Amino acid sequence: MAETDLRAVVLGCLQAVAPEANLADLDPARTFNEQIEIDSVDYLNFVFGIEEALGVRIAEADYPKLSSLNGCLAVLSGQPKQPDECPVP
Amino acid sequence: MDYWGEASAALDGLPGGEGFNIAYEAVDRHVAKGDGDRVAFRFIDRLNTVTTLTYGEVARQSNRFANVLTDLGIRPGDRVFILAGRIPELYVAALGTLKARAILCCLFANFGPEPIRLRLSKAEASVLITTDLLYRRRIEALRPTLTALRDVVVIGATTPATWSYQTLMHAASDAYRIQPTDPDEHALLHFTSGTTGSPKGALHAHGAVVAHRATARYALGLQAGDVYWCNADPGWVTGISYGLVAPLVCGATTVVDSGDFDASRWYQVLQDHQVARWYTSPTALRMLMKGGSALARSFDCSALQHVASVGEPLNPELVRWGRSAFRRDIHDTWWQTETGAIMIATPPDETVTPGAIGRAMPGIEADIVARNGAGGVPAPVAPGAEGELAIRVGWPSMFRGYWGESARYSAVFGGGYYLSGDLMRRDAEGRFWFVSRADEMIKSAGHLIGPFEVESALLEHPAVAEVGVIGKPDPMIGESVKAFVSLRPGHLANEALLKEILGFARSRLGPTLAPREIVFADDLPKTRSGKIMRRVLKARELGITEPDPASSDVDETESEA
Repeated sequence: MAETDLRAVVLGCLQAVAPEANLADLDPARTFNEQIEIDSVDYLNFVFGIEEALGVRIAEADYPKLSSLNGCLAVLSGQPKQPDECPVP
Repeated sequence: MDYWGEASAALDGLPGGEGFNIAYEAVDRHVAKGDGDRVAFRFIDRLNTVTTLTYGEVARQSNRFANVLTDLGIRPGDRVFILAGRIPELYVAALGTLKARAILCCLFANFGPEPIRLRLSKAEASVLITTDLLYRRRIEALRPTLTALRDVVVIGATTPATWSYQTLMHAASDAYRIQPTDPDEHALLHFTSGTTGSPKGALHAHGAVVAHRATARYALGLQAGDVYWCNADPGWVTGISYGLVAPLVCGATTVVDSGDFDASRWYQVLQDHQVARWYTSPTALRMLMKGGSALARSFDCSALQHVASVGEPLNPELVRWGRSAFRRDIHDTWWQTETGAIMIATPPDETVTPGAIGRAMPGIEADIVARNGAGGVPAPVAPGAEGELAIRVGWPSMFRGYWGESARYSAVFGGGYYLSGDLMRRDAEGRFWFVSRADEMIKSAGHLIGPFEVESALLEHPAVAEVGVIGKPDPMIGESVKAFVSLRPGHLANEALLKEILGFARSRLGPTLAPREIVFADDLPKTRSGKIMRRVLKARELGITEPDPASSDVDETESEA
């Protein structure tokens, strides 16, 4: 999947969990929970949403890497980027 | 001497017989005995940097904060609120507040502006301690409505119209003499939800520290020097009673992780910090269980001696998983905001009966009662029968009131008991088994959420005519908050409006209290007086036959007859 499509899926799943969040100014390198109000249950629902939307199974160990937009794109495109772009919450 | 007399004698009391102060027993007592160099806290921040504070350092810093409050004009009995994540300053400020004999109330940082505003204004908070980020996000806009709030102390960057925590602490002396403190003096305020009406502020006294210590030793096996981890946030009662007070009083070293849940991270904490005693919750355990036992076993958690759980029923499946993941039995405990300390538990030296909570703690007389027993007062039911769990009044950590609401306080007592609202049964061996709540409270991720507070926020949306909120069974978090909404004329029931209302609720309540799911329903079931019947909504959700509206549902606060 092209990166722009993947980006749309990720943001769509995030918006589904937190419809009130303004995602337009989201810094892709910083964690979601630094920028918008989500709790750990939201986070889990977000991961489940991505699994369903993409028809993939995300390994438990990869969950923390999904905590930023860059991290999501790296994990979901299957091409890990530099570790400092995937901050752990 | 009775059990509580002995438990009380095990503490020191303020020097010169000047009473009991929680902060003295938690901190200064150890320093006076020469244990000031023992580590009290190991704080792990989001980036895994560890900051330790010894008992001596906590004593001096909390002294500084008590002086800060005194200089701000805080008097005994004034309400001091803290809104922050699990950072060192929260713990220091909490203990300093108790030293200054002000009443401490910590708020969960995930609360949205509405629950924060309601709690601050209801208790007429004089001072709020928070962080620069939380101040900007939650407090700044509310400030004009909080007329009793004189001072805000901000941790972090300089913020207009607030005091800087760092500046005030730097200027304050690290010597402070705790003034005489009556054991019955109010120390802690914890808000808890109701099915009707706004959240209730349960008050606890300094004397509760006797129960904090005794129960932590008995039910959690806490001893001086143990490395201990409590997952609860100080915004909830467990995070204060067993995340702050009890481990310090016992002389343990408490691990505090300010990060969010992440299975690998949690196992890493257990492994790297050699956690010996761990107090967690079924929701956390289910989230760990989802990752499988293999992940658990890839870490070395062999230092773990005792695992205890609180907040919701510990199902047998979790006990079995605990055995495979940690080679340990998970021991259940039961208590509430109102009881202040653990009332029922399976202690470390007792074999776990999967599904049962355990027996009443020493010094606690627990019964299963019917509210309308013989003579119309609560009285025990037949052995083995289902009924409401009731605790005989008089234990040290029993709550002393709901802030400003004496009628609601007396309503939960009867026949010499505190009535818990939890339906249980007791087996022939004296073990208690949880059945369900007697009321419509929602148990979500271990937090008790009152449907009324959620409904009130939803009703503020211009499109919402009526709303009923229930707990929907959830495999991970026990129950999730679900709202049924009917619309005012002229509003179209569509996906966009649904998202808008959900976002509206989340902006006001914060993610933890807000519904996870909203559905439109134009046929909300009502009592004859027009009250939405949550029980019928719940029955529909569960797919069971609807109770007869005319006979089964009576308004809680008013008789319909």
